[in-house]
Amino acid sequence: MIVLAFLAQTLRIAIPYLFAASGGVISERSGLIGLGLEGYMLGGAFCGAVASYYSGSPWVGLLGAIAGGAALALLYAVTAIRFRADQVVVGIAVNLLVTGATRFFLRLAFHSSANSPRVPGFGAEQSGTGLAALASNPLIWLGIIAVGVMAWLIYRTPYGLRVRAAGEHPEAALSVGVPVDRVRYVAAALSGMLAALGGAYLALDQHQFSAEMTAGRGFIALAATIFGRWDPFRAALACLFFAAAETLQIQLQGAQIIPSQFVEMIPYALTIVALAGVVGRAIPPAALGKPAAE
Amino acid sequence: MSIVESSASAPLAIRLADIYKSFGPVNANRGASIQVACGEIHALVGENGAGKSTLMRILGGMYAPDSGTMEVNGRDVTGWTTAQAIDAGVGMVHQHFMLVPTLTVAENMMLGREPTSGGQIDSGRVVGEVTELSRRTGLAVHPERKVADLSVGEAQRVEILKTLYRGAKILILDEPTAVLSPPEIDELWRVLRGMRERGETIVLITHKLDEVMEISDTITVMRQGQTIAQLTTRETTPAAIAKAMVGRDVQLAMHYAETARPRADLPSAPLLDVRDLVVDGPRRASAVNGVSFAIAPGEILGIAGVEGNGQTELLDALAGLRPVRAGTITVARRDITRLPVKSRGDAGLSHIPEDRHARGLILDYTIAENLILGQQHRFTTGVRLDNDAITDNARRQIEAFDIRPAVPSVPARALSGGNQQKIVIAREMSRAFQVLLAAQPTRGVDVGAIEFIHARLREARDAGKAILLVSADLAEVLALSDRIAVMYGGKFVVVLDRRDASEGVLGPYMTGAEHAA
Amino acid sequence: MKRTVEEAVLPALVALLVAAVVGDVLILSFGQNPGSVYRLLIDGTWGNAYGFGQVLYKTTTLTFTGLAVAVGLRAGLFNIGAESQLAAGGFLAALVGLVLPMGLPALVTLPAFLVAAAAGGAFVGGIPGVLKARFGAHEVITTIMLNFIVLALLNYLTAAHLKVEGTLHTTEIHAGALPRLSSMIDAFHGSAANVVLLLAFVTAAAVAWFLFRTRRGFELRATGLQPAAAEYGGVNVGGVWWRTMALSGALAGIGGLNYVLGYKHYYEESFASGAGFLGIAVAIVGRNHPVGVVLAAFVFATMSQGGLAVNAVVPKQIVDVLQAVVIIAVAASVPEVRRLARRTA
Repeated sequence: MIVLAFLAQTLRIAIPYLFAASGGVISERSGLIGLGLEGYMLGGAFCGAVASYYSGSPWVGLLGAIAGGAALALLYAVTAIRFRADQVVVGIAVNLLVTGATRFFLRLAFHSSANSPRVPGFGAEQSGTGLAALASNPLIWLGIIAVGVMAWLIYRTPYGLRVRAAGEHPEAALSVGVPVDRVRYVAAALSGMLAALGGAYLALDQHQFSAEMTAGRGFIALAATIFGRWDPFRAALACLFFAAAETLQIQLQGAQIIPSQFVEMIPYALTIVALAGVVGRAIPPAALGKPAAE
Repeated sequence: MSIVESSASAPLAIRLADIYKSFGPVNANRGASIQVACGEIHALVGENGAGKSTLMRILGGMYAPDSGTMEVNGRDVTGWTTAQAIDAGVGMVHQHFMLVPTLTVAENMMLGREPTSGGQIDSGRVVGEVTELSRRTGLAVHPERKVADLSVGEAQRVEILKTLYRGAKILILDEPTAVLSPPEIDELWRVLRGMRERGETIVLITHKLDEVMEISDTITVMRQGQTIAQLTTRETTPAAIAKAMVGRDVQLAMHYAETARPRADLPSAPLLDVRDLVVDGPRRASAVNGVSFAIAPGEILGIAGVEGNGQTELLDALAGLRPVRAGTITVARRDITRLPVKSRGDAGLSHIPEDRHARGLILDYTIAENLILGQQHRFTTGVRLDNDAITDNARRQIEAFDIRPAVPSVPARALSGGNQQKIVIAREMSRAFQVLLAAQPTRGVDVGAIEFIHARLREARDAGKAILLVSADLAEVLALSDRIAVMYGGKFVVVLDRRDASEGVLGPYMTGAEHAA
Repeated sequence: MKRTVEEAVLPALVALLVAAVVGDVLILSFGQNPGSVYRLLIDGTWGNAYGFGQVLYKTTTLTFTGLAVAVGLRAGLFNIGAESQLAAGGFLAALVGLVLPMGLPALVTLPAFLVAAAAGGAFVGGIPGVLKARFGAHEVITTIMLNFIVLALLNYLTAAHLKVEGTLHTTEIHAGALPRLSSMIDAFHGSAANVVLLLAFVTAAAVAWFLFRTRRGFELRATGLQPAAAEYGGVNVGGVWWRTMALSGALAGIGGLNYVLGYKHYYEESFASGAGFLGIAVAIVGRNHPVGVVLAAFVFATMSQGGLAVNAVVPKQIVDVLQAVVIIAVAASVPEVRRLARRTA
């Protein structure tokens, strides 16, 4: 049963990554760099907590999270597409914006710059580690399904085909009448909503929003996207792998075999290795980061 | 030029009248007009930069004309979009393929009009339709293969099939044979003839006259953005077409000035010696396919030929910007084949690049800074740049080459094309060099400056330098060169003394008509 | 190089305008009066010597990280790793401080600290540079990833081996600590501003001299503007890439001296706390010019300190939000201004 507990723990840790990595995949495949995932996730956590608090229902919380994530992602998309701003700069700025804004509004709404009060959430009252607690949290199911839906969307639907074309060769897509800008706006909105759901999971599972609670998970999701070579299933595997390493480290905490900081490094080191091509080069979508031709 | 009306009885599939289109300062089309009847194969010919691609892209909906009218099958369609053009049955096969390399043939075919069942793509149906279409037209393709894995010939077949899949009845092909081998070209003709039999209309943009004679029914000749002539193929000759394509305005005839030194006095050791050079091009084919030549001191060797036959790759390799697969390059008896760019400059090689905007100038740098590009290590005191020396150098060169505005601190971006080119010429010719590579030296330069630049080139030759001139302007090659080579398909197909050369003699070699039956 | 002064300055002005509007909205949402909040901000920053000293202190670090990113961008490279390069520089300087014997004159210790800080930053910056030159790996992702790796490593080293029990920092350095400004000018009493500020100005001047007056700087800028033309001009583009990343890292690393030697006299976990990312903002707003960087660093430092000053009335995070708004507005208006300028040219 230790194995079951291990798997359960891994899954719990992986869910936010799964959501955000699915969002990262669709965004980057369409040509938009996914540096804002961290910000969408944190924004989603906050909006989710606030919506849940004021409505009394975690489901409304989810709607709030989705709205917040979409809004942030569209802000990013408008500056990148319409204004042709540098995507890296705006992505980082969005993260800084959300970090500051969430603390600001936290104080405005709840008079604390660190935590919100308790909000209605999902899952057992105490953060249960058992499988039963896990199964009762709808976001666990959503997170897993999101991976499958994203894969279906990208590989089986017309929209997904256009996304792939927009990210590799937007001129070819334009030459057959595909509205590349519109395709990218939709991709951005999806990435925002998905990452926000990942954040909402964190807040609603802990029944509280704490400042900066995402703690870099958005970047781990981006690492999983790249390490998974921009494929939803491979990225999901990478998410599980990173989560498993974290779980292992937590369970071995007392034994002090590997210091926690080294386990932290794993996702990032693997991404660098993938980019440098030590074991097969990870080649990004060809048009990633470049505005479409005028 | 005789203007022959196309057959009045057949309805017009395409009619473009008085089309003007500019991109910033570049006037791509200046009052161009073209008429194509239904069921006709029409050739649109002209040199590079004549405006052929732009005109057809306007027809295809990629650009809107600044002024002028467009009619397709009698309907006014001026300024329509790509999507509308495709819906109306106008399909374009571009010179640089518009295919997404990571997607399969079938996926590229259906992009933008994907058939669905239950919300998802019906791949089976697409594969079936593509296979059927492929069989019907004789264009063999593998629907499941990734485009990146296709041969060039197959990729082109996919591009053509793509337009037919969308119901194209009017097909525009931009330089389709540029990347095909002879058997693939025959294949293509078979397909086009089949389409013509079905009453479909084809416009072929090309500069290869042997093909024009073989496949087309009617011809439009363009030069410098204007339509110069409309001809019926069986009533004209390659020579007449070539003359319309490459001729210059009569009043600017250039004269060849015999070299100051009698030929017998020229020392024998060449300054530039190239042996068996092989240079890779795109798609793993060889762009330069075993070229050998030598240039003696006090000689200009001109390479005539339409662009795209390996001249770019040849010059890049000589300059050090492209690696050499095989062969050697020697400057003043020094082997420079493996040397980096800077060392070649130090060895006495100067290079006027064909693309001054991408390579020759840094547009945001000032005139003075651009005048030391490539030699910045000679204008230093220790680690510091010697600004006085740089400014002095700039003043001298601005005056010597009449660069305007005559202010060293103006950024190059602000200058006209002609003056920008003068910066490059001034820089490359004022340094100490033995061999000068000059690619399209007077492209985009005004008439007065052309004479000036030609005079400088002759001066350098008379002073004992070796110059390799590459120009798409045949008149320029004839005016300056002591010997002329024609480059076609990556090889020198002929090397002639200037006295034995003329437009009439060279034209057929340049356009491959020499190979026509 | 800027074509016109307008093109350089206009985006920054637009950005400040947008930030002012957003600021007003946020302040009003807290039921406060924008005018009085802004006045409080000015009072707390430029209105008294302590506040001004704090602004100067923050300007120092931001100048170094801003210069680091600006130099990278001049070569066409986006260095997001200033955060970890800053930390690595500070860390290595602290290590040197721990092993140097007491009583050495500043003439000996200062160069040692400088070299250590620069080396630490250069090493962390150079790795992504080499990866790009050799493998074509995009420096944006590699620097971000390396940020996490290096910071985790430094945390481990501090926590496991070097820290003083019960704290998050190393033992105090006595050898060659740098004097604070308060020791020279009484008015600055209590503020963290120190002589590293002067080093920042000197460095900015040196970077300007390097970029615009030396041959290597000429080649660096050429590589950033048009790599194909630079290659034609005999420049080894790959070499420029990794050397510039190392230089960029070194500049950020030297910034670590501000905290480690000038202020607390020890290395503390997370002392960088965002100065690396703000360095990106400073470089962008300062349009990649050393003078602009110093000015932008001053503005951002003012905002950061101003946040603390208004915290009682309006949360200090309003400043974080406004800083992000400024970055986004500048990033959006630069291409737009350029497009409009070309249209009318």
